[in-house]
Amino acid sequence: MTALSEPALAADTPPAKNKHRSTFWRRFCRNRGALLGLAILLLVALLVCFGPLLAAHNPWDMVEQPFLPPMEREGFAMGTDTMGRDILSGLVLGARISLLIAVISTLVSLLIGVGIGAISGYFGGWVDASLMRFTEMFQSVPSFALALVLVAIFEPSVNSIIVAIALVSWPPVARLVRGEFLTLRQRDFVAAAQLAGQSTPRIILAQILPNAASSIVVMASLMVATAILLESSLSFMGLGDPNLMSWGYMIGSARTVLRQAWWMAVFPGVAILLTVLAFNLVGEGLNDGLNARQDGKTK
Amino acid sequence: MNRLRYMSVRVLQGLLVLMCIATVNFMLIRAAPGDPVAVIAGEAGASDPQFVAQLREQFGLDKPVTTQLANYLGHITQLDLGFSYRQQRPVLELIAERLPATLLLTGSAFVMSLIFGVALGATASRHAGKWVDSAITFVALVFYATPLYWLAMMAVLVFSVQLSWLPGFGYFTVGSDATGLARAWDIVQHLVLPLLTLALFYMAVYARMTRASMLEVAQMDFVKTARAKGVRMGRIQRQHILRNALLPIVTLAGIQAGGLIGGAVLTETVFAWPGIGRLMFDALLQRDYNLLLGCFLVAAAVAVLFNLITDFVYTLVDPRIELG
Repeated sequence: MTALSEPALAADTPPAKNKHRSTFWRRFCRNRGALLGLAILLLVALLVCFGPLLAAHNPWDMVEQPFLPPMEREGFAMGTDTMGRDILSGLVLGARISLLIAVISTLVSLLIGVGIGAISGYFGGWVDASLMRFTEMFQSVPSFALALVLVAIFEPSVNSIIVAIALVSWPPVARLVRGEFLTLRQRDFVAAAQLAGQSTPRIILAQILPNAASSIVVMASLMVATAILLESSLSFMGLGDPNLMSWGYMIGSARTVLRQAWWMAVFPGVAILLTVLAFNLVGEGLNDGLNARQDGKTK
Repeated sequence: MNRLRYMSVRVLQGLLVLMCIATVNFMLIRAAPGDPVAVIAGEAGASDPQFVAQLREQFGLDKPVTTQLANYLGHITQLDLGFSYRQQRPVLELIAERLPATLLLTGSAFVMSLIFGVALGATASRHAGKWVDSAITFVALVFYATPLYWLAMMAVLVFSVQLSWLPGFGYFTVGSDATGLARAWDIVQHLVLPLLTLALFYMAVYARMTRASMLEVAQMDFVKTARAKGVRMGRIQRQHILRNALLPIVTLAGIQAGGLIGGAVLTETVFAWPGIGRLMFDALLQRDYNLLLGCFLVAAAVAVLFNLITDFVYTLVDPRIELG
């Protein structure tokens, strides 16, 4: 967290760093929702790190009779699915895939979005106009439908899912970064860097980008939330990686047996809901902490 | 720039978007696994090179890629979306059958989520900091984080399976031969759950947006002036703040329209609602790529249409509009 906030402070004088960091924490902690979100995320992080140790069974193994309701038998707190597989184990190990795909696809789409937005905002003129038209065009395409088609055509796998999610999620980043760059490039420190003879890539990456970092960090946490929803929706439609257990897949396999086995759908759904909620809450807390103006109000 | 000229520019831009999507579609069809000619030759029980070459020529697959693309785009402008070999019918025919159901679902969800979302957001901002605000903000946050398809399944579980209040799947009662009003009422009953599911998520989006936007506008000087003049609070809320806060919301609504179509795919899948989304899901299961991409193109066209509608509404909300 602090490592992420540091680039935003790079423009300030070094001695102020500690004070700013504590201001960040104070503001973040003032948002009770953000603290709740952080707590949930820590739990999910534990699942991701120690999943294989916590899961009692291999989520693909048939270990009990099918359609076992929750709490019916010891060791099967969440019951079993249509094939007698342990739902709790699936839930614990599914966290890894959901999070892995969400985080990596967010990073990839940040790469695309920041690249396009930075170039657009820094150079302006026709470069900006054409890149923004391109971005707007991309944004008017139904993103979930596009992701669906991409994964279907290129066969479901972790890679194709990550690429598809990244491809449909970058436009808002590009617009945000462009906006930041448009205002930041007017500032004196950019003119100073230009006069000092710094190269354009250096000015973009080392001077302006760190100053836009706080907005990007906030957006990134919200994007991870959206990516989790997207990934789970794809898996629900049967477009998950066939070799990996994921939350969306678990709910998808419950669709046709909803009347017989409500628990197959309820538990993974709650897991997605809580994780996504947590990322959104933390995102808002980060916004309070990082994007605060002088008057204490947030952007 | 007058409204007509502005709208015609937007229509042209919309068509350009569709053309680009069609081009992407063409590339995706080529990237799809399996050689269509090999499949047809295989089904015909003949695979000698001469026959395969003949088929290639017949379908224009021996021509350069650019010619093929031009052919493809030409067909699309004539509303020819190709043939679904699985269903043995033209893609357009299949889609045309399903389009009304999707338009009914997405259209009503769009209107409902906008109206109720803005109303809830406005209510929250009027009572900012009080329990009403907290309650609305909390509920919006939860629905904003709920997977749409899961919400749909829970709705079926509660209102259809447990309580038996509403039908949980389909467009009308199977086997019913009701006509006129009775049939319309039947469809409405089937529409309720899919509509609520789809609308709740976007309602949450618009409520959050409206609240933030109104609180921001409320800080502005003209609001202070109005208060100083002694204008009643309710009137300031409606006439001064909401009117100005609506602009970013209408813009967002246009952008979100594409998402609404994507959401319809999930909702229709769960509720077996016979729209384009369900058709896409079936096409996915059957690996019917022509149909899948045809659905995608039409879904994009619907999104562009919604975009145009919001653009038009924008010109009504903000008469100053001078956008190019």
